[in-house]
Amino acid sequence: MTPDPLVRVSGLRKAFGTRRVLDGVTLEVGAGEAVALLGANGAGKTTLLKLLATLARPTRGTALIGGHDCARRPEAVRRLIGLVAHGAHVYEDLTARENLRFWATLGGLRVPPAGLAAALADVELERHADERVRTFSEGMRRRLSLARFVLARPRVLLLDEPFAGLDQRAKKWLEEYLQAFKAGGGAIVMATHSFGRELAVADRIAILAAGAIALDTPRASLTADDVQRLYALHTENGS
Amino acid sequence: MWKDLLVERRSKETLNGLFFFSLLLLFVFQFALGPDRERLAAVLPGLLWLGFILSGLLGLGRTFLVERENDCWEGLLLAPGDKSAIYVGKLAGNLLLMLVIETVLVAMFAVFFNVDLGAAWPALALVIVLGTVGFTAVGTLFAAMTAQVRARELLFPVLLLPVQVPVLLATVRATEAVLLGEPLGAVANWLKLLAAADLIYVVVGVLTFEFVLEG
Repeated sequence: MTPDPLVRVSGLRKAFGTRRVLDGVTLEVGAGEAVALLGANGAGKTTLLKLLATLARPTRGTALIGGHDCARRPEAVRRLIGLVAHGAHVYEDLTARENLRFWATLGGLRVPPAGLAAALADVELERHADERVRTFSEGMRRRLSLARFVLARPRVLLLDEPFAGLDQRAKKWLEEYLQAFKAGGGAIVMATHSFGRELAVADRIAILAAGAIALDTPRASLTADDVQRLYALHTENGS
Repeated sequence: MWKDLLVERRSKETLNGLFFFSLLLLFVFQFALGPDRERLAAVLPGLLWLGFILSGLLGLGRTFLVERENDCWEGLLLAPGDKSAIYVGKLAGNLLLMLVIETVLVAMFAVFFNVDLGAAWPALALVIVLGTVGFTAVGTLFAAMTAQVRARELLFPVLLLPVQVPVLLATVRATEAVLLGEPLGAVANWLKLLAAADLIYVVVGVLTFEFVLEG
């Protein structure tokens, strides 16, 4: 018997007024699996992530994470997820260590100073632990954002354009981090419209077009050119 | 709370702004009233609270601005656990900020208008603390309600001031009595009203904050 998927979305619809951004999205992501959610601008990738992250409520359909309904049991879902979206959830006037301590305390975690230092070392920020985030590059902010999850240990990572704005070294680091997260049994849903490192991390590719999953296929059998061709085919017809 | 205090200590944006704003207010009051001592005695309690309220509107309205940078608001929302703890922390930070500004304002009032607070200090402090708790409790909640709204600078005072009428009425009357040297017993009913309003406002804030945060 295969275990229940960590993420299970079925018949999900999200409408803003009369406009249906998502209409009948169905998707499953298992433990140790990463899905790259591809789609043109406005295809509803970020909306889907927000629904999974309990930041919005669906108009119809269900989204379950770890068996908990995102709309009905948001608190239970929030204990299982980690969201990295456009904002890094960091305070500019606090140091990296202070930011981490704040989010740990807010999440009800009692982390000793050594634990904070270890989490910062995990994301290679130990030398910058006492510097204010105001001075950090985009990549360092992204790493600090992920350091929160070293402590909270979510089972599902929801990432919106995770590699955008990062230099090559930071991209390599993030790719390794996400591979390690998957190897640890975590599930990843990442929204993107680029075909770079995301594809190396992804086990499956799901193309979102016209508010639904137009294609959901294993990535291993596809080259980057294949993905580009499929993307063009589905997004030009569908969005 | 320590996070907000640390951010404020480093940026000093709110405290510096409010200090100079208070100073300007006093200059305006001084020019408007002139040296007439009788008229001054009659309006001083109202002016004092007007100063507190105007400074408070500026200070409290900024409570959640820091959460807007880098989508920290989203982070607060996603943090598992009791959201009322965030309200209590914000309320405590705002209370401290307001009390610091009020202390400075009272001291400047005493100097600018040559008011001898002498023995009235403890009673005045009690009235100010009671009034500030009620004002800050609602102010913190409404600051959260309006933080994500485009016209928040306009909406915040429009929502806050009507709700503050009982608190303002009670604090101005109690302050007037204290400055005239009357015993606190003479304004016991106003103080009870203030204490009741404080309790209600804080409880309502704690109970409703989660819904406000969720939007």
